[in-house]
Amino acid sequence: MHIVDRRLNPSSKSLENRQRFLRRAKALVQGAVKKSAQDRDIKDVLEGGEVSIPLDGMNEPRFRREGGTRDMVLPGNKKFVEGDILPRSGEGSGKASEPGEGDGEDAFRFVLSRNEFVDLFLDDLELPDLAKRKLAEAESEGLHRAGYATSGSPANISVTRTVRLALARRVALRRPRPETIAQLEAEIANCDEPRCSELLVEIDALKAKARRIPFIDPIDIRYRRFETVPKPVAQAVMFCLMDVSGSMSEHMKDLAKRFYMLLYVFLTRRYRHVEIVFIRHTDRAEEVDEDTFFHGPASGGTLVSSALATMHDIVRSRFRPADWNIYAAQASDGDNSYADGDVAGRLLIEKILPVTQFFAYLEVGEAGGHPGFELSGSSLWTLYQRLQAEGAPLSMRKVSDRSEIFPVFHDLFKRRRHQERAAS
Amino acid sequence: MTANSAERLYEGADWDFATLQRIHDACEKIAKSELGLDVYPNQIEVITAEQMLDAYSSVGMPLYYKHWSFGKHFAHQEAFYRKGLMGLAYEIVINSSPCISYLMEENTATMQTLVIAHAAFGHNHFFKNNYLFKQWTDADGILDYLDFAKGYVAQCEERHGRLAVEQTLDAAHALMSHGVDRYPGKKKLDLRAEEKRAGQRRSHEESAFNDLWRTVPTGPLKSASTLSDERRRTLLGLPQENLLYFLEKSAPRLQSWQRELLRIVRHIAQYFYPQGQVKVMNEGTATYVHYRIMMRLHEQGLISDGNFLEFLQSHTNVVFQPDFDDPRFSGFNPYALGFAMMQDIERIVVNPEDEDREWFPDIAGTGDAMAVLRDVWANYRDESFINQFLSPRLMRKMRMFHLHDDPAETAGIRVDAIHDARGYRRVRRELARQYDVGFIDANIEVVDVDLAGDRRLMLRHTVVKGAQLNEADAKRVLQHLADLWSYDVSLAEVDATGTLLKEHVSSPRGIPAAA
Repeated sequence: MHIVDRRLNPSSKSLENRQRFLRRAKALVQGAVKKSAQDRDIKDVLEGGEVSIPLDGMNEPRFRREGGTRDMVLPGNKKFVEGDILPRSGEGSGKASEPGEGDGEDAFRFVLSRNEFVDLFLDDLELPDLAKRKLAEAESEGLHRAGYATSGSPANISVTRTVRLALARRVALRRPRPETIAQLEAEIANCDEPRCSELLVEIDALKAKARRIPFIDPIDIRYRRFETVPKPVAQAVMFCLMDVSGSMSEHMKDLAKRFYMLLYVFLTRRYRHVEIVFIRHTDRAEEVDEDTFFHGPASGGTLVSSALATMHDIVRSRFRPADWNIYAAQASDGDNSYADGDVAGRLLIEKILPVTQFFAYLEVGEAGGHPGFELSGSSLWTLYQRLQAEGAPLSMRKVSDRSEIFPVFHDLFKRRRHQERAAS
Repeated sequence: MTANSAERLYEGADWDFATLQRIHDACEKIAKSELGLDVYPNQIEVITAEQMLDAYSSVGMPLYYKHWSFGKHFAHQEAFYRKGLMGLAYEIVINSSPCISYLMEENTATMQTLVIAHAAFGHNHFFKNNYLFKQWTDADGILDYLDFAKGYVAQCEERHGRLAVEQTLDAAHALMSHGVDRYPGKKKLDLRAEEKRAGQRRSHEESAFNDLWRTVPTGPLKSASTLSDERRRTLLGLPQENLLYFLEKSAPRLQSWQRELLRIVRHIAQYFYPQGQVKVMNEGTATYVHYRIMMRLHEQGLISDGNFLEFLQSHTNVVFQPDFDDPRFSGFNPYALGFAMMQDIERIVVNPEDEDREWFPDIAGTGDAMAVLRDVWANYRDESFINQFLSPRLMRKMRMFHLHDDPAETAGIRVDAIHDARGYRRVRRELARQYDVGFIDANIEVVDVDLAGDRRLMLRHTVVKGAQLNEADAKRVLQHLADLWSYDVSLAEVDATGTLLKEHVSSPRGIPAAA
């Protein structure tokens, strides 16, 4: 007998089969993912987890029999005697499943990894009109130094490296140094006969050796090596604006936070070259890091324009619209001080919208609120609606319940097939 | 225990390869000299839990062709495993020579001992000696054949596209349960030669290919109707219950590679076929063997009391049989039933009572339990085994009773027989019938082909006890069958008196439906 240690073998033998299965069940799984995503916390969504899909279409049919008269032998008789009649629905009714009758379940449950889950979830979402600007060369090639090579163009010879190698070789092969030869020649000048001829022989030998071992040999030569790396230019920056003022209830903040979390996952997954800037505002706006944005406490009044102004400053200082596709998504309860409406509107129209590809506004309401919570819209809603009517590229949605986040998210970022997307 | 711990095989829970070797040697000594087992050479493979799951999803075989259904099973098993609903069965063993047993690295030394005793000696002996395996399976060739199958399927995917291959395999899998020869009479499969022949067939086709043959004008075809019905059926080898075989040989429009795929699926189905007929015996044998070996190891002081208790705990879990009204109940546990019967036979042979002498005159009191058991293991399968060796005492102990559920009887389900003098034989006969191959799968045969007309393939399902095919599933399977046959297929469900109960008809999908 012998023992084989298989633990070092590649262990995910089933991976390919699993991928085949997921590919085949894609439509089903995607539906299940969307559905389960609606029924749970976003935080769990990010975890991946269990989904169940209808067996239909995924099942492997076999000839199975059912019905007819059945005979069963069961263990554990407690009180029955021959001739008893048991009511069908009661205890001891045909609970026993026949051998060979496999899964009588109508749903197939299995666990998706986080990546698989989010992948499927985001599969049909895409930021709109990305890379409108520099789409001509979606990826330009940049050169990066990448070590040394033994061949190359003369222009790229790396002298230092070549000389260093030559020196090492000369030392290793004991090439006589010119100083040694010079010293011996100086000795010849003042020495007597036998020694003199000895020296001459020695010098000849050294010189011959020096000729045999070149100062720089072709094998020492090194060239600087370059690699081309794709340099993405379709870079985007996403501004997340959120109202964290006193008028925002915990529930609303929660909604907004969920929206952004999802947004964040989506962006970080889909685009590797997306920068995200978080701006939260009360009556003052500040740029914060992600953690503070979602979890940091803050309260105060409401000045939407402060956030827009901050965003504008950041754009000016860090994201030149020539190089960046700029996106913004704002979440708010719609409250804004009256005086601020015009300022905000002007900022939007004159400064923000011209440089952004897309501006989404998500209005969050109290739980149980009707999707169109107020007959007359909130001050921001009215403002934005007016701007939209004038043709500003705004998307707006109202959300009052957690389960609505996902459809809205879909709406906001659905692939717009009807729009020309030069990037593909 | 008087033995000092220096003689112990291991201490505590840790093990290494030297330990495994010692364990194996100790088990081997007991298995060969005391139990008289005859086994294939052993190969023990240490694997991780994830690899165990992998092995699960490809029916325990170490290599298999790629197919989505294995991925589905894997996902399913993994979900259960993660939820903790299912511990991994602690053993997978492969009927091959050398006999491969898997050990999970997470297991304690005691568990490894248990698995080695159970799989490497119990199952191994059963595989090597039971007549069904001898008759039907080729333990030497199976691994090579699977390797060939894997390579061949991958090659087909390259040549003909993944989708086409997948569809053919899907169809073949749907018919897998009806792709076996149930009755010996043909030669035992020689998988090595099989693989060689497959290669020769292909190379012959390639070398003999000449496109000109297409252009040769053919004379008027012999009218099929001149053949008598009888003659036609004989030519086609009908009736034929092995649907895969029939399609491989006679489906008019299959490509040669598709026929080869059907053949592969058929061979693999045939290889697994005996395992379904000896579940109770196979597990019973292995459990009995591991129990005996562990007992002896403990008696000899090779394992400590603590480790022995650990073994007893997992052993008890394995042979637990919930009652019929227990929520955990899902039929008879083959480990429990098999083990109980093996122990019962041992009792009858060594220490019989009057009742046993009356019921089992051949073996009662003969004294050599192992000789009787070895003979039983070699010459029976579940159905005949239960029919012969289930003793009244065991029926009483497990409190077996027989229910007869007739839909025509509105009052309810009748208790037909219980574990009493009047019921023993009936209970035993009914339980054996549950394991009867003839009852496990529906009896479906190809009966005729309408060659003169629309080439419709006709099948017959002989209905037993009024159990008809599940409509939805039958439809799907027939669809696959029609796709392979490429003309209409009809399946008639006929009861014993020849009355037609139902007819299913299916037409081929012209275009490959994209999954």
